[in-house]
Amino acid sequence: MATKMPKVPVVIVGMGWLGGIIAAELSKQGVKVVGLERGKPRATEDYYMVHDELRYAQRYDLMQDLSKETITFRNTSKMTALPMRSYGSFLIGEGLGGAGIHWNGQTYRFLPYDFEIYSKTVERYGKKKIPDGMMIQDWGITYDELEPYFYKFEEVAGISGEQEQTPLVGKRSKPFPTKPMMKTPILKMFEDATKKLGYHPYMMPSANLSEQYTNSDGITRAACQYCGYCERFGCEYGAKADPVVTVLPVANKTGNFELRTYSNVVEVQHDGKKATGVVYVNTVTGERFEQPADVVILASYVFNNVRLLLTSKLGKPYDPKTGKGVVGKNYCYQTNGGSATGFFDDKEFNLYAGAGSLGMEIPDFNGDNFDHTDLNFLHGAGIRISQTGQRPIATNPVPKGTPTWGAEFKKQSLKYANSTLTVSPQGSSLPWQHHYLDLDPTFKDAYGLPLMRITFDFEDQDREMIKYVASKSEEIMKEMNPTSIGVSNKLGPYNIVPYQSTHNTGGAIMGADPSTSVVNSYLQMWDAENVFVVGASAFPHNSGYNPTGTVGALAYRAVDGIAKYLKNGGMVV
Amino acid sequence: MAEQHNYQPPDKSRRQFLKYSGAAISGAVIGGVIGGAIAGGFKKKAPVPTPTPTTPGGQAAAADYNQATMYFTQSQLQITQAAVERIFPKDDLGPGAAELGVAYYIDHQLASPWGINGREYRIGPYVKGEATQGDYQSINRTEVFNLGLIAIQQASMKKYNNKFPDLTDEQKDAILTLLEKGDIEVINGITGTSFFNLLRTLTLEGAYADPLYGGNKNMQGWKMRKYPGNQMSYANIMEKAEFVAMKPMSLRDHIAH
Repeated sequence: MATKMPKVPVVIVGMGWLGGIIAAELSKQGVKVVGLERGKPRATEDYYMVHDELRYAQRYDLMQDLSKETITFRNTSKMTALPMRSYGSFLIGEGLGGAGIHWNGQTYRFLPYDFEIYSKTVERYGKKKIPDGMMIQDWGITYDELEPYFYKFEEVAGISGEQEQTPLVGKRSKPFPTKPMMKTPILKMFEDATKKLGYHPYMMPSANLSEQYTNSDGITRAACQYCGYCERFGCEYGAKADPVVTVLPVANKTGNFELRTYSNVVEVQHDGKKATGVVYVNTVTGERFEQPADVVILASYVFNNVRLLLTSKLGKPYDPKTGKGVVGKNYCYQTNGGSATGFFDDKEFNLYAGAGSLGMEIPDFNGDNFDHTDLNFLHGAGIRISQTGQRPIATNPVPKGTPTWGAEFKKQSLKYANSTLTVSPQGSSLPWQHHYLDLDPTFKDAYGLPLMRITFDFEDQDREMIKYVASKSEEIMKEMNPTSIGVSNKLGPYNIVPYQSTHNTGGAIMGADPSTSVVNSYLQMWDAENVFVVGASAFPHNSGYNPTGTVGALAYRAVDGIAKYLKNGGMVV
Repeated sequence: MAEQHNYQPPDKSRRQFLKYSGAAISGAVIGGVIGGAIAGGFKKKAPVPTPTPTTPGGQAAAADYNQATMYFTQSQLQITQAAVERIFPKDDLGPGAAELGVAYYIDHQLASPWGINGREYRIGPYVKGEATQGDYQSINRTEVFNLGLIAIQQASMKKYNNKFPDLTDEQKDAILTLLEKGDIEVINGITGTSFFNLLRTLTLEGAYADPLYGGNKNMQGWKMRKYPGNQMSYANIMEKAEFVAMKPMSLRDHIAH
C-alpha cells in the first residue's frame, strides 16, 4: 500500500538540469513544487577527492547504479536485445544534479536549420533528397522563437564565449555573459590551420566559467582552474555550471520548493485524459508513496522519461512496422568518428591541463552550412579540437602498427603522452523508422518494471557523413603539421561497448502535429495536458552539437508553458 | 563554495622538482640537461630486485604496509605479477608493472565491490549476444581471474613444462599472445581474449591510478610520462607555449598528515 501525500501544484520527476531549472523558475513565481530524485543529495564539498581518474572515470562513481537499472540494446528488431551490464557507449547520471554534474560543459545552440530540418531540406534539395525510412521532421518551433530561452540558460549558467560569432551559427540577441576561455597554444594551432583553409573557427561556448560571475539570480561562482577533471567528475570549485551550484539554491531560497532524494518514481497516475500524480518508492526503506499533483513534469534522462510514459500507459506507443504512434519514436544518438590524430615527434604540449569545454569548433560542415547536392547524406558534424585534460589511464595514443602491450607499447605510449593532438567531428544523428525505444519483454529493473529497450544502428547516411568529415579532419590536422597522422574514416555497426557519447535523444519528441509528436513546443503532452515531458527526449533528431544548450532552452520554454497552464489550463498552443 | 587547499603555484613546484629530482626519481626522463642527468644517474645505479623508495629528503621510506594481498593466494599474485610485467615491462624509461605495484593494485581491486561486479546489472538470463552487445560474463571478475590465472598456468605447463612465473620473457610473451588471440580458453565460452583485455586494462590502471590504490608506486607511473597528478590549478600555465614539467602530487596531499 502506498502512503498518500498531500496534493501539490507541481511535482517534478528527476532533479538534474531540467528539474532544477523548472523548480527554480516556478518556485520564484510562488508555485509550490516537490522535486523527486531517485539518487542521493550532492554538494560541492563531495568533490574534495575528485582528481581521481580511477574512481570517477573508470569506475563511474557519479553514474547510475546499473545493478538496479540499465537499458537493453540490439542493432535491429531481428536481434534479441540484451542488457548493458556494465558501462560503455554512454554514461547515465544519478543523484542530485543528474548528468548535469558530470558533463563537460560544452554549451552550443543547435542551428536554425535543425528546428526546420524537414522544410529547409525540401526547400533546398526537394523531397527526393530524404531517403525512404528517414523520419526527419520540423520541431514545431523556430530558432528565433527559441532564442530568448537559449539566452536565459546561458545567462543563468554564465556561458563563456566570443563576443562576435560567425553567421554560420544562429544569430544571438545578446553576447555571451562571460568572455571566452583561454586560447591555448593548441587551440591557436587549430585556429591558424582552419583559417588558412578558409573555415570559421570559434571558441567553444563553455559552462566552465572563464571568469568569476554573478548571474541574475545573484549566484556567484568562481572561475575555472583548468584542472583537467571535468567530464565524469564534479567540479570542486563550482566553476562548472551544474544544477547544484546554480538553479537548486535559487529554488531552495524561495521556501516553495521541497526536494525528496532517494525517491524513485515508478508510475505516472492518470485517468486517461490527465495525470493525477505519481507513485514513488523510497529507495532506502522500500516504502511506496503516492504524490498527487495538478501538474506532473517528467525531467529525468531520455530513457526514463520515455519508459515512465510507456509503463504508465500514457500516450500512444510507437509502432515501428507502421511508423504510427509516437512514444518511443525517433530515438537518435551522436555519430562520432572520422577523427584525425597527429603525432608530434618534436613537440610537447601541456595536455594534462584543460577544461571540459576548452576548445574550438568549425561549423562549416555542420547542419546545412555546406551544399549537400552531390553528397549521399544530410546534415553533418561540428569539427573540433578540445583540451579537456588528458588523464593517463584512458589516454595512451600510439601510432598505427604499434603493439597494444609490451615494451614497444610502453615506449611509444610514453613518447607520445604529451605529444598527440586530435581533431574530431561530432556528427549529427538522424531518425529512422526502425530506430526506436520500447519496453524490453524480458529484463526488469529492481522494482520489477521492464527495462527500456533500444533498437538502433548506424546507417549508410552516418557512414557517408563520417567518411566526408574525416577527410576534413585530416586536412586540418595536416595543416597543423604533425610528424604523422592516424585517421579513422570508417564507421562500423553501432556497438554498446566503447564509450562514444552521452547524447541520447528522442522518444518523446516535440512537434506541431499530435499524430507525429508526443509534446508541443512547450513540451506539454498532447495526450495529457497537465504532463510536461522535458529533456533531449523532445529532440526529433540530434544535431552535430552537444545537446545541453538546446535542452536548457527547451526547459525555460517549458517553464513558460507550465506557468500558462497553471493560469488558464488547456493546451497552451 | 569550493575550498582552496594546498595549492602550490606550479613554478614553485617546478623549482622543488629540479631541486629534488636527482635524489628522488629513478628512471624519470625529462627533456634537456636535467633529463640527461637523471637518466645518467639511473643507469649507474645497480639493478635491485625490489625498489628502495626514497622520500624527497633522501631517507629510506617506511615499509609499505599496503603490499599484502586481500584476495590473491601467493601463487595467483606471482602469476599476475609476471604477466603484468610483460604487458608493461621495466625498461630504461623507468619501472615496469611489477615495481609499480600493479599486482597489488589488481588484488585490491578484486577485493573491492568492482571485483564482484557490484554496480553492474547481474540479472539473467545470460545469453550470448552479438559482438556489438558486449562481452559480459555470468561469473564475476574474481572468478574470471581465478580461472584465467589457472588457464595461464596450465598453458605454460603444457607448452613449456614450467610454471608461468618461471618462463623466460619470450615464453611468457608467447603465452600471453595465445591468450590475447583467444587460443587459450578460460572456461566454457570465455576466451582468453576477454581475460587478456581485462588484464591489460588493469595493468594501465595500476600503473597510472592515484597511488592510494596500491599501484603507481611513488607516482613513478606518472613521472615516466610527466603527468602532474592532482594539481589544484593550471590557470597560470594554460597560455604558455612551452611544456611545463611539475612535481606530481597525489590525493594524499589533500589530507592533513
